[in-house]
Amino acid sequence: MPLVVPQWLGEHVELPAGITAAELAESLVKVGIEEETIHGAAVTGPLVVGKVLAVTKEPQKNGKTINWCLVDVGPAHNTREIAGVSESDLLAADAPESGARGIVCGAHNFQAGDYVVVALPGTVLPGPFPIAARKTYGHVSDGMICSEAELGRPSGDSHGIIVLPPDFGSGSVQPGQNAIELLGLGGEVLEINITPDRGYQLSYRGIGREFALSTGATFTDPGLWGNAGGVEPGLAETHPEAPQATSDAFAVEVSDASPIHGKPGCDRFVTRIVRGINPSAPTPQWMVKRLEASGMRSISLPVDITNYVMLDLGQPIHAYDLDKVAAPIVVRRANRGGFGPGERLTTLDDVGRSLHDEDLLITDSPGGVPGARVLGLAGVMGGQSSEISDTTTVALIECAHFDPASVARTARRHKLPTEAAKRFERGVDPALPPLAAQRVVDLLVAYGGGVADPAVGDFSQLAPIEPIRLNAALPTKIVGVPYPRERVVEILEQIGARVTTAEADDLTGSDGIGFSGGPDSDTLLVWPPTWRPDLTEPVDLVEEIVRIDGYDRVPSVLAPAPGSRGLTKSQRTQRSIARALAEAGLIETLSYPFVNADNPFTEPGALRLANPLAEDRPHMRTSLLATLLETAGRNVSRGMSDFGIFEIGAVTRPSGLVELPQGAAGESGAAAPVPPGAMRPDEGTLAQIHAAVPVQPTHVAGVFVGGVAATGWWGKGETATWRHALEVVSIIANRAGVAVAFQRPAAATPKTAATSGTAGAAQAQWHPGRTAQIVALSPDGAQAVVGTAGELHPKLCATFGLPARTVAFELDLSALTSGAETAVRATPVSTYPAAKEDFAFVVPRETPAEVLAEAISSAAGELKEELRLFDIYSGEQLDQNQKSLAFSLRLRAPDRTLDPEDVRRVREAVIAQAATVSAVLRG
Amino acid sequence: MAVLAQIPSPLDEAGLDAAVAAALADIAASESLEALKSVRTAHTGEKSVLAQSNRLIGELPPADKAAAGKNIGPRRGAISKAIAQKQAELDQRREEQILLEETVDITLPVNARPVGARHPISAIQERIADFFIGLGWEIASGPEVEAEWFNFDALNFGPDHPARQMQDTFYVAGEKNLVLRTHTSPVQARTLLERGVPLYIAVPGKVFRTDALDATHTPVFHQVEGLAIDKGLTMANLIGTLDAFAKAMFGPDARTRLRPSFFPFTEPSAEMDLWFPQKKGGPGWIEWGGCGMVHPNVLRAAGIDPEVYQGFAFGMGIERTLMLRHEIADMRDMVEGDIRFSTQFGMEL
Repeated sequence: MPLVVPQWLGEHVELPAGITAAELAESLVKVGIEEETIHGAAVTGPLVVGKVLAVTKEPQKNGKTINWCLVDVGPAHNTREIAGVSESDLLAADAPESGARGIVCGAHNFQAGDYVVVALPGTVLPGPFPIAARKTYGHVSDGMICSEAELGRPSGDSHGIIVLPPDFGSGSVQPGQNAIELLGLGGEVLEINITPDRGYQLSYRGIGREFALSTGATFTDPGLWGNAGGVEPGLAETHPEAPQATSDAFAVEVSDASPIHGKPGCDRFVTRIVRGINPSAPTPQWMVKRLEASGMRSISLPVDITNYVMLDLGQPIHAYDLDKVAAPIVVRRANRGGFGPGERLTTLDDVGRSLHDEDLLITDSPGGVPGARVLGLAGVMGGQSSEISDTTTVALIECAHFDPASVARTARRHKLPTEAAKRFERGVDPALPPLAAQRVVDLLVAYGGGVADPAVGDFSQLAPIEPIRLNAALPTKIVGVPYPRERVVEILEQIGARVTTAEADDLTGSDGIGFSGGPDSDTLLVWPPTWRPDLTEPVDLVEEIVRIDGYDRVPSVLAPAPGSRGLTKSQRTQRSIARALAEAGLIETLSYPFVNADNPFTEPGALRLANPLAEDRPHMRTSLLATLLETAGRNVSRGMSDFGIFEIGAVTRPSGLVELPQGAAGESGAAAPVPPGAMRPDEGTLAQIHAAVPVQPTHVAGVFVGGVAATGWWGKGETATWRHALEVVSIIANRAGVAVAFQRPAAATPKTAATSGTAGAAQAQWHPGRTAQIVALSPDGAQAVVGTAGELHPKLCATFGLPARTVAFELDLSALTSGAETAVRATPVSTYPAAKEDFAFVVPRETPAEVLAEAISSAAGELKEELRLFDIYSGEQLDQNQKSLAFSLRLRAPDRTLDPEDVRRVREAVIAQAATVSAVLRG
Repeated sequence: MAVLAQIPSPLDEAGLDAAVAAALADIAASESLEALKSVRTAHTGEKSVLAQSNRLIGELPPADKAAAGKNIGPRRGAISKAIAQKQAELDQRREEQILLEETVDITLPVNARPVGARHPISAIQERIADFFIGLGWEIASGPEVEAEWFNFDALNFGPDHPARQMQDTFYVAGEKNLVLRTHTSPVQARTLLERGVPLYIAVPGKVFRTDALDATHTPVFHQVEGLAIDKGLTMANLIGTLDAFAKAMFGPDARTRLRPSFFPFTEPSAEMDLWFPQKKGGPGWIEWGGCGMVHPNVLRAAGIDPEVYQGFAFGMGIERTLMLRHEIADMRDMVEGDIRFSTQFGMEL
């Protein structure tokens, strides 16, 4: 962002003497200009010009060759007492009466007779790096010969020390001359950040104005006639008013066949001509220094002048070699007006570009065909063909005003964020072109030896500025600080606006809204200054009021809120689940949602990004395990062996999934409408927007690697198994208040939410025999698969770098917590004694325990208080195809003590019911 | 154990006293429960002196029997009492001995089961939510893959506004006008449309920008958005809310400062700085987030009349808040999912 050289700024606004960059930044931040950094090229002490008198090359043992130099650093600093240097040496070097200094230098890009920059002892270079006389390579080096980099110069990328031309600066350089002044090293440079709405701040004019608004300093607007001119050395003439446009001006036609948003691409185009320019005229050193300090390289006088005026005023300027331009200039869109398709331009950066229909072009008319040749991208970058060169003697100056949207689109399209484009897209003062053109003309005349052509062209179709109707009480109402009407008017005038009290006539305008007019009206009519296209609404003016009056004057008053319902059910449930998982020993982690389609847990049709950060991860995850397993693998690779982790986060459901040939993922989801802002879209459009946004449920997933309980002096530990995964799922279901059942997944690979969403051919995810589908059971009897838990497939473990038998789970939390909030209805607790009965049944091996448990429960009926499976046996005492399941049943009645007859009846019923599932009481 | 040569008469008080004295001496001398057991047998059993003497009462004349009984009873009682006392003492000593012998090394490791932890980003979001619930606000959320209209247009980002390019946006492939939300602000428009006004919501959530991961940047990060719309809410109320929030996050000395800035969806807009006493290189202001008065166009996009309702919005980075609070030097620690990072924070922040 822009660099501010304080001395330059001081030409427009009164700066306190000796102001530092930090103090400048402090003042600017109050009005919204942020400090990016301070380039502290502060060099202090005796930095002087030196003339090299003698150079002795001395090879060293380390292979280097150093130069032992005698340098004339001026009578004030020279001496004849130099260690190891005799009077005859000084005479041989043709040293002046005062002597010289002996300096060791490692660089070789200079010779005797050259002028160099010497940091004498006592100098402090940026770093800070204090210079002192020191012994080195067998000499006392009494100072240092400096490079650009050592002086902290931004252009200090060249190797070697600085060699000054004898005519550097204003005339001839002299040994002993103050090099800080000569090189313009004295000041720091402030780099600032500009918000994108305030294009006017991209200039010394704008920064000067803001400094004045912040501090009350006197500001002299260089953008006003009367102040223009006479600022730079050698320019005496000021211009009280703009020159009249002449009929013999260079012909310009603006022909915009396809304006963007109905705004013409160009509404002002000023041309001036300067003849007889000396092509070899150098740019004055003060201008080179200012450009360099502002981060620009000096190129040639005409180009430097256009850049200089742009930095100063904020008006981008283009200079053409008039001899290479054929009248008239036509401003038009690319591929229009009978040209194209397929128009091309080679821009100044030597890149050939094919032009887009929306690109606004500057063209000329060789052979009398209007607009036949493309000269440049309007407001962005010129072309090579008409460029100013080292033979140019006649310059055509263009100062124009282009539509910000048009310039922004072209700059983006061609990736050309040039200084001109940056300004135009943020808004340039349309009143500036004639004045900026005059500045360029004056400078070319003064420094290039040119003559101003009397022809003045000014194409202008500026739309008049409409006043903003501001209720004088609005700033107080929005900000909460009382701003008297006079203060409001004062500030608006300070920022350059014209303010009048609305008369009744002004207020019954086209919109017919009835205001109360008159001199005491609450309504002000505010014409924003030409440089503030950002001011369009009353609230924009409110910001100006509070900005200039001071944000720090706004008090701190806590707003009373009407009270809330607290967290929602799903918010509370999610918290409860997260806490329960952490209490169960799992550690919460987070992962990026970006995945590759190859990830076994990524469903086909996963949403794809147009500009992914990593090309191998262009999709949005459809499952948390896709990335959580990677996190687990990363922890394993970092040496962790026994842990459980979990993540709660969103997944993106594939939308509009269609099966395409070759298994290609389809992206057929309808695009979301993008209606204009600032008004509520109709219901249909809103519904379409909502429908186009993919479903993004919140999931919870977890992984156990290794042990869940450690082996130690207390005994053997416990390895995580499928049971732990299911146990955690049951904890989650409990916290969600949802009953779940575990079901063996169907043989075919399921593709439903949060489950094993593999394509048929893709890698298996789960161990086929040790995995459960989680089914949520609604009170109304509905069932929905909400997740999967169990042991991962051995091949999958290897894919993710996880040990074999890693277990995991994933649940759709949104589905689990979507139910309405229902209050639990309490059952009274019976205090009558319980009866306990144990049963051991022999069943076929494949019979699920749940089947027998249900048989027992149903037989026990209402007396059942708890049924617990406490043992499973298979082995010698049973057939190979059998197993024994032992249950403990606790019975209790709500209203009486159970008698032995009750218990006997239950026992018989249980045994009878068990028989229906082929269970036989074990003898 | 002293043995009496002969059994004293129940009327022989001196003889009986001698037997009692002998018993008490033996009881006192008992150093173990086993010893006490034989003492009990010797002095209270069938063959004890007093028992034998007692049996002699039957041989006495009736007139003496009462006196003899009075001589024996209390003496046997005294012995029983002494034995009971000794028994209690020895029981106590035995229990102490057993407990002493059962001593374990309590410096042994005890944790067989791992201790879990929350990720600090989640934990701090809950804390933030608690603060706003406490203010009487509610917590809202929205999708991470978002319609461009909600992310930009509804928030007064015009199609050609430079601010639309300020943020590096992930776009969904296929010209669907979908983006990964670049801020939590689209939830402003969603909630205004859904719930209407007055509205006081905080929105913690995940957001995305195309920044490569390094020590201070991450493409996926978290923000908390605040939005309050009502009649008569002012910028002073914005500052009051921010100050209270800053104190909740950073302690009672925290305060905030606003600087003029620009966001399309607020006007006036401000950058919010936080006074940070622990700042490296000495106390100072550091950027904490952006804020401002909600732009009328945002309200208009939700069908709300900006002449009647006004309010404020703010947003700050949760990672930044965490880094400041907990001196986290490297962003990567927060995003890589290393369990050692989460474990430091436990359950609460």
